[in-house]
Order: sequence, then C-alpha cells, then structure tokens
Amino acid sequence: MIKINNLDFAYKNTQVFRRISLEFEKGNIYGLLGENGVGKTTLLKLICGLQKPQYGEITVDGFTPSMRQPQFLQNVFFLPEEVITEDTTPEKFIQKTGVFYPRYDFDLFNKLMKELEVDLSKKFNELSHGQKKKALLACAMSLQTDYLFLDEPTNGLDIPSKALFRKVISQYCSDETTVIISTHQVKDVENLIDPIVILDRDDVLLNASFSKITEKIFFEYGPERLDNAYYTEMLPGGYINVMRNVNNEESNVNIEALFNAVMKNKETIKNLMK
Amino acid sequence: MDFNKNKPIYLQICDHIYERILSDEFRSGERLMSVRELGVELGVNPNTVMRSFERLQNKGIIATKRGIGFYVCENAREMILEEQKKEFIENDIPEFFKKMDLYGISFEELMKLKDNR
Repeated sequence: MIKINNLDFAYKNTQVFRRISLEFEKGNIYGLLGENGVGKTTLLKLICGLQKPQYGEITVDGFTPSMRQPQFLQNVFFLPEEVITEDTTPEKFIQKTGVFYPRYDFDLFNKLMKELEVDLSKKFNELSHGQKKKALLACAMSLQTDYLFLDEPTNGLDIPSKALFRKVISQYCSDETTVIISTHQVKDVENLIDPIVILDRDDVLLNASFSKITEKIFFEYGPERLDNAYYTEMLPGGYINVMRNVNNEESNVNIEALFNAVMKNKETIKNLMK
Repeated sequence: MDFNKNKPIYLQICDHIYERILSDEFRSGERLMSVRELGVELGVNPNTVMRSFERLQNKGIIATKRGIGFYVCENAREMILEEQKKEFIENDIPEFFKKMDLYGISFEELMKLKDNR
C-alpha cells in the first residue's frame, strides 16, 4: 500500500503539490490522469524515490522511498515515458538489470517479447519507437515487482499493440501488485484502469473506483443536451450527459467525459465523492 | 470484445458469459475460466471480471468450490433463459409494439412474416 500524507513538492520556483494526501491500495490498476504539467510524472518519481518530498511523507509498505533501501527498490519498477536506451539488445539489458530483482524471470521476458511481437535479434537503437516501448514493457514486467509504474505506456504503440498491452497488463495484475498508469490516452486503457486518480495543479481532485464513481455519477447517453449536467458533449448519435446519480441507476463510465466533468466542477465533484 | 457504451462493462461481461453458457462452451458442473484468464482474454481489469462473477454467483448461475474456483451451476441454462426471456418481454417487446403501431403493421402481417421466415 502506498500512503501519501500532506505532501509538498516544488521544483525551484514551481510548486507542484501542496499538502496532498492520497492512498493507492494493492491489487489494483490505477489510472493517473491530469492535464499537462500537473505533476503526474513527478508523483511517480516521488513514489519510487527518484525525488524527495519537501514536506509530508510517503510510505510504500512501510518503506520511505527517498531512503532508497534495497529491499524497497527491488520491489519497484518505474518505466519513464522517454527512455534513453543503450547500444544493446533487450535480452542483454534485462540479464544485467534482472540480477537486482529477486523475482525476475527470464522465461517470462521471452514469453512477453513473443506475445508483444518484438524482434529479439535487434538492439534497442535499431528498434522503432513502438517496438522499443514494447521491449521495455517486456523488461519491466519480467522483473515481477509488486509495484509497477508506467508513464504514458501506450504512446507510440500501433493499434494491435494497444490491445496486446491491455492483455499483458491484465495478466500481470494480482492481489499483491499495484500498477499505476499515467496517461492522456484514456481510450487505450479504457476497461483496464480502475480506480481513477485525477490530479490538478497542487491538488487531488478524484481517487475513486468505477463502482464508487457510478454510485454518485450517472452517465446518460441520450438525444439531447441536459441543462443540469456537470458536463455534456455531443457524440455520434446523440449526447453524453454527466449527471448526479439521483435515481441510483447504473451506467457505464466514459473516462473522457468524467475527466472534463471533474475539471469543470472541481469543488462540487470533490465534495460529492467524499 | 467491443463494448457497448450504454451498459456498465461488468454487466456486459455477464452477458458475454451467458452467451458462452448457452452455446455450451461453458458447461453445467464444469469449472469456469478463472477471473484472471477471462480478464486477459477480454483485456479488462480483473476486478471488473470479479464484479461480474460475484453478480452471477448471487444469482446462483455460478458458484465456488474450494480448491476449484468457479463452476457453472446445474440449472444455469434454464435460469439464464428465464432471465433473458423476462428482459425481452420487459424491454424489447414494448419497443417492438410501439414500432408496429407507428408503422401500422398488423398482427396478420406479422404472422405472415413469421411463417415466411
């Protein structure tokens, strides 16, 4: 479990987080959403110990990430969005990296490379952007850490690869793992991420599971725009209206519409979800 | 699997399991795929699949056995058909009648269409 309590963080003169608190529970695939520059990547870096909080505390299963204890680091992997790769094959890279991770499994690496359809004979710098991303995913997942943080993992993947990505991540998830996926491409991870965390400048606007979201919020697909909706948008064949769930009806979450509704009604929805 | 935007995913997964029971792919008394296996097959969060399984368990369509996992109950087929029939009568038939009225289709015409199928 990841616990963040009263966290402050700033880069030189730019405040990123101001007294934020949130928790990530085991056995989930979290979707971390937020506009550009709100600190999604910074949050992931803080949780895995690449940055240090200026105030407040972070604990991951009782460990303080910024202390960078080996028992903590061997159970965490962060895959950044942009990766500078070496002049080596993914296979050589993972054999070198794997030794630091007790549950690393080379057979799993080979299986994932095959599943994701990456050419095993090529070096990182000979692979296309998408292929490189998939090779790194195979590397990351073969380390079998309980904590896996992926920053924009579907950027650069072609359409079939996105479906493969959902499959392998769903496979990775167990009762003990916590996966956090930071992304702008919500369509790519629809039906995969649950709960959803929405970050704003300085603040956390939402941290809720789909079942909790649909308990409070109703997604209506209909022929007209409703005035009392938090957010409404035209879709092919009608409108989506994001409403308060007054009649206790069940609906299907549209992540994009939810995000826009939250951004337009920050305080209202924050209070509603309390 | 392509999901419909109007219905919660976990309910659509229930429908999907119904279809596979009705088509005899998942047979009564036999072990069902695990939550994880189905999650991977559909590319869906395993927690969502778990929610579907729990719903089917509450309905008595599937049940758990220690050491085996989920299996399909003996009378699952009948229960699903009963439920779907009820849904058809409650949801589809009124819409159907409405359209018959709207387009002026008589029951004689309807019977003829049925016979000529």
